[in-house]
Amino acid sequence: MKRTRGDGMAPASGPVALLIATRKGAFILKSDGARRRWKLSQPIFLGNVVHHLVLDPRDRRTMLAAARTGHLGPTVFRSSDAGRTWKEASRPPAFPKVPEGQKGRVVDHTFWLTPGHPSEPRAWYAGTSPQGLFRSQDGGDTWEPVSGLNDHPEYREWMGSAEDGTPDGPKLHSVIVDPRDPAHLYLGMSSGGVHESLDAGRHWRPLVKGLEVVEQLDPGTLRFHDPHVVRLCPARPDRLYQQNHCGIYRLDRPSEAWVRIGKAMPKVVGDIGFPLTLHPRDPETLWVFPMDGSGVWPRTSPGGKPAAYVSRDGGGSWKRLDAGFPRRDAWWTVKRQAMSADAHQPVGLYLGTTSGEIWASRDEGRRWTCLARHLPEIYAVEAARPGR
Amino acid sequence: MKVIIPSPLLSYTRRREVEAAGSTLAEVVADLDRRYPGLRFRIVDEQDHLRPHVRVFVNAQPARDLATAVGSGDEVQIVQALSGG
Repeated sequence: MKRTRGDGMAPASGPVALLIATRKGAFILKSDGARRRWKLSQPIFLGNVVHHLVLDPRDRRTMLAAARTGHLGPTVFRSSDAGRTWKEASRPPAFPKVPEGQKGRVVDHTFWLTPGHPSEPRAWYAGTSPQGLFRSQDGGDTWEPVSGLNDHPEYREWMGSAEDGTPDGPKLHSVIVDPRDPAHLYLGMSSGGVHESLDAGRHWRPLVKGLEVVEQLDPGTLRFHDPHVVRLCPARPDRLYQQNHCGIYRLDRPSEAWVRIGKAMPKVVGDIGFPLTLHPRDPETLWVFPMDGSGVWPRTSPGGKPAAYVSRDGGGSWKRLDAGFPRRDAWWTVKRQAMSADAHQPVGLYLGTTSGEIWASRDEGRRWTCLARHLPEIYAVEAARPGR
Repeated sequence: MKVIIPSPLLSYTRRREVEAAGSTLAEVVADLDRRYPGLRFRIVDEQDHLRPHVRVFVNAQPARDLATAVGSGDEVQIVQALSGG
């Protein structure tokens, strides 16, 4: 599907391909036109840690995979035939070499991939751990650091080092290109906050007003901010939604103040989670998948009872969607990249669990069914519209 | 000289034993990368250090420093170290 506004407003039809990135390889789960029958591919890059597998919506053939292994350093694999054959990037994302005696940064893994604006058909962005932003102008073959962010002294401080942040390293994620303007970018840093550039990445500024941080720390300190995922409304590009370590938020530009819409969630469930997914045509509709953020932060479904929640009024109210999910004793987690929506009518929703299951709903979350199980731990699920 | 390749890098070389030239380990790895593009970055990071789970032995002796001198009669072995389950 293309991300221009006109195409974004028309429902899609035909098969859906779920691009599944796991701790031990990637898989493609492809449907028939009715989204009723699904076929799982053989493993792709079996044994590789794959953090993100993304189909380019501009040509629906180019596919990038961010991969590494337990032993080998990080790389990006590229396919020009929707995943049938692959070549390795000739220059994967890497920080500049520093002079002898200085401590230089080393990319541990590429975490996030974002196709560029339709007016720049070969452009891609990548977010890494430790945190860095990289850009390719040749379809993912060679990558350059975005120095305006990576080398800015304040941003270096907010990003922290490889030892800071989440257990497997701090992440730069949610790289968003405004569909109306290729120079207008957003991104999230875990930790480090949400940031915006109006000049294609040369200059950046924080966008964290209204966001809360943990344990009564000072929200004026950027490195305490932990956005888990940020999404831009395809149907209203001035609207952003965010699932944060400290709640669910909405931002309507040109305002710079996020509003905590998660306060309307049931108190017993709370508004902590990783993923957040938007309706392709309705800017008032979004889905989240709450997790237990109490005590030592189990990060499992609250009470072992998985459920998505939907809001149809921009976060003013929420409804539980758990039909078809296990009623009890299900202790899995859905990570920030592992929930996705297609563009059909009604919208199909898809999520992948840390226990290796793919769950889907063909009716916007009213009823869920399990499409696949026994996969490795799932890091990312992208619903894509494959080319012919 | 002879270089013995570990299984994670066979997708580059297709063979367990390959030839490479150089007077230091850094030159040997650079020569391997010319013959098998992309191999170097998988085992040496952008700051020119061997990655954490890669070990190199020269004539069965561990060599952590890429400046280690080598000769044409030496045998270099690249080994995958343990990296979890």
